[in-house]
Amino acid sequence: MAKKLNMRKRYELLTRGLGWEPTYQPKDKVFAQEAYEGIKITDWSKWEDPFRLTVDAYWKYQAEKDKKLYAVMDSFAQNNAHLNLADASYVNALKLFIQGVSPLEYAAHRNFARLARQLSGEGAQIACQMQSIDELRHAQTQIHTISHYNKHFHGMHDPFHMFDRVWYLSVPKSYFDDASSAGPFEFITSVSFSFEYLLTNLLFVPFMSGAAYNGDMATVTFGFSAQSDESRHMTLGLEIIKFLLEQHEDNLPIVQGWIDKHFWRAYRLLGLVAMMQDYFLPESPMSWKEGWQIYFVENAGALFNDLGRYGLQMPKYHEIATAEADHISHQIFGTFYNYIHAAAFNLGLPSEAKMNWLSEKYPDTFDKYYRPRMEMWAQMEKEGKRFFNMGLPQLCQVCQIPMCFTEIAKDDPMQVSYRVSEYEGEKFHTCSDGCKTIFDHEPEKYVNAWLPVHQIFQGNCGGAAVPDVLNWYHFHPEDGGDYVGSADEARWKAMKGEAAAEAPKTSQADAA
Amino acid sequence: MSEHKVFMIFQNTADAQPFISAFEQENPRATLDYQPGMVRIEGLGELGITQAVVSELAGRDVNLQELHLTLISLSGNIDEDDDYFRITRH
Amino acid sequence: MSLNIAAKEIKPLRLNYGHIARRIGDNKPATRYQEAVYDVQPTTNFHYPPSWDPSRKLYDTARTAIVMQDWYSFTDPRQFYYTSYVAARAKQQEIMESNFELVEKRDLLQSLPAELAAQIRQVLIPLRHYEYGANMNNQDICHRGYGTTITSLASFNGFDRIGMAQYISRIALLLDGNEETSLQAAKEAWLNNPAWQGLRQAMEDSFVLDDWFEILVVQDIVMDGLLYPLIYEAFISQVAAQGGSTFLMLTQFMNEWSEENTRWTNQLLKVTASESPANAQLLAEWVRVWLARIDLALLPIAHLAFGAKGAEQLATVKAELLARLAKQGLKV
Repeated sequence: MAKKLNMRKRYELLTRGLGWEPTYQPKDKVFAQEAYEGIKITDWSKWEDPFRLTVDAYWKYQAEKDKKLYAVMDSFAQNNAHLNLADASYVNALKLFIQGVSPLEYAAHRNFARLARQLSGEGAQIACQMQSIDELRHAQTQIHTISHYNKHFHGMHDPFHMFDRVWYLSVPKSYFDDASSAGPFEFITSVSFSFEYLLTNLLFVPFMSGAAYNGDMATVTFGFSAQSDESRHMTLGLEIIKFLLEQHEDNLPIVQGWIDKHFWRAYRLLGLVAMMQDYFLPESPMSWKEGWQIYFVENAGALFNDLGRYGLQMPKYHEIATAEADHISHQIFGTFYNYIHAAAFNLGLPSEAKMNWLSEKYPDTFDKYYRPRMEMWAQMEKEGKRFFNMGLPQLCQVCQIPMCFTEIAKDDPMQVSYRVSEYEGEKFHTCSDGCKTIFDHEPEKYVNAWLPVHQIFQGNCGGAAVPDVLNWYHFHPEDGGDYVGSADEARWKAMKGEAAAEAPKTSQADAA
Repeated sequence: MSEHKVFMIFQNTADAQPFISAFEQENPRATLDYQPGMVRIEGLGELGITQAVVSELAGRDVNLQELHLTLISLSGNIDEDDDYFRITRH
Repeated sequence: MSLNIAAKEIKPLRLNYGHIARRIGDNKPATRYQEAVYDVQPTTNFHYPPSWDPSRKLYDTARTAIVMQDWYSFTDPRQFYYTSYVAARAKQQEIMESNFELVEKRDLLQSLPAELAAQIRQVLIPLRHYEYGANMNNQDICHRGYGTTITSLASFNGFDRIGMAQYISRIALLLDGNEETSLQAAKEAWLNNPAWQGLRQAMEDSFVLDDWFEILVVQDIVMDGLLYPLIYEAFISQVAAQGGSTFLMLTQFMNEWSEENTRWTNQLLKVTASESPANAQLLAEWVRVWLARIDLALLPIAHLAFGAKGAEQLATVKAELLARLAKQGLKV
């Protein structure tokens, strides 16, 4: 009579012990990346599997999920269900997504494969491998979901070419390149913990609830489907932190430093999502500030309480991030308003209704600091002098966002925040204490950044004039500019059976 | 108080129903919050379900790992075996 | 204002993504596979040098001596993107699951001759470690390789290996009534039995290769190209003939997988070798060196499996491998 095996034991027998200590090659050559970050692992057998999915179970459940997902995708395409969107201006959220988020899913796929190769504990290794293939799933299902939108709207036609070149896309690209170029433990702290555990809801909820509120059922279905993978990723993130901190006390300051750094970098990246959340959606479920309160202040607070017993503290500069919640979406919006002629999505001043929503959600800041700007810009538009910024902005050396942030933490929200560092006789500029601290800790790394504005000035981006650069980006004239008067708006109205708006057209052509 | 909050979020679909109902049944102090397309089940300290109850509700022998099909998110430390699934935070 | 719901307004602006259209035009829609793999990987303008390989970039064609004008010339003949991959595997796992259930429920291994059971333990179970190592190599290819076509394929390959390692482990548990005896013995054999050391040493040497394409040749072409026909075709057939037909069921996945492996490796070699004489020469050189080594390493395992006929069986699969490589343009 066969002995009964419980899930835990069975999983252990099917995974632990598969690996072995190499003897024909030195272990530190086979697992060459495990030691150089200074992390001490004394006993991989102490790893607690965050979830226990055998490969065959994985195949079964994932296939079932994808069957449903692709059925919805097909039906969406077949029925031209994009006609049910609240408004075509919503699609700009998807443009930002395919240009700036999908490539990160792909990067995660490749880097978790790195961890699957480089970590010498089978439990962690297999969990990373599962995440690697999950991330490929996300990248590919996003490409497939958005494929239908690419057929009917502008700006989504060359996302991967753009990701490698476009000025605002160097924000997500440099964020992930940072983790990818780091060692395996910094990578997993950055992505699995700081991003997938601590901040993931701040990326997903805005896009997914934005999709739900605006009639984008394809994306909603994708979102729900991907989220169940995310719950595995979150548990991996939590487990890796606990494991590293329990393995050796020397790991604590290293891990804390990584959490501090990658929290700040991720937070800055999420500024683009904040802008999307507050300004792109015709129907807005929640403001950035509200989301920050729930998903960071409350959630992270609880989490770090839990982790306090290891000596871990809330990430450095988190109070600044919380203070900035009242401001960043408006500041970043302002930047993109300036440069929308050089973007592959449409934007535009918020409607009166939207501004009232913003007033309500940001009672302390919107009417005081940002409504006046909107009103001024609206007046200029009315006079046929819609403002486009024809210069190029200074980018932060670290986060690579234009230097549009102000000294919120110093109670001086009208003062642009500049920081300077010197390295080998040259000056480097950052946007905040957070980014400066990151730079100063590893200047030899950050001086390498491929800053889009510098590159344009150096002549590496297709030519000396804006149209040359946009061409090099593979932008089409229809891709950017204000939403009102855009090709997308005209097409939407035609699809819905309305005449196109008579509003003055604003486009890259006008701006150039 | 919020330090010990744990939650599970499921898609609000027929497939998820046995799991949602099991959480409700086996965790009397849990709160259920229905939002568009999903339901958030929240508890203090711990939330758990058993294979026996889920199977009874589903009318068939259920593998608890099937919850992966409709799970959206969770918060807490996972503890699972063939006959139970729970999340905790103490 | 007149309402004009012209049917033409619903016509799409374009059929394909730009990078896809540059490859296949915009007259017909791309397949899901094409959309999922072409040009997804970044190629330029990286921000920081990798601390784990500072002389090269995050994605770098220089990580291999193989040179391709277009790393997307090769496409997977199976056209596996994530969803089609898991869909295919889910079907297979359903069959494997019912196979294992049947064996367990009906205690089909009970009547297995003791000698045969011992041989299965000796020859098959240690391969769970081989699969784990093969996975390590394929994860390395996925990370350091170039282009989405090959690297995503390697990702699926690695995942398959863990799947097979788990099936092999389950066979051991079936043989032992869920005791760990065979699992432990197999680990011991893998580590210390002279019969396995040639293979293990070759595998560990492959772990530290710098050129990821060489790793692919060593692992997915030479090692798998010899071992799979040797064990999952020849040996299992022999086992079946001797009263162990249950093992045909329990290794069905491996058999099907081996056919797939042959298919895509043939295609990859054909495309890569025909690109340039330099490529063809390099591939042939890698095969020449490693084939000699693996051939030697597998001999004691062949003896375990076939006794005195071991050398002959090994020679047969080696000849077959060389023949199929020659067909793809490799003159070894």
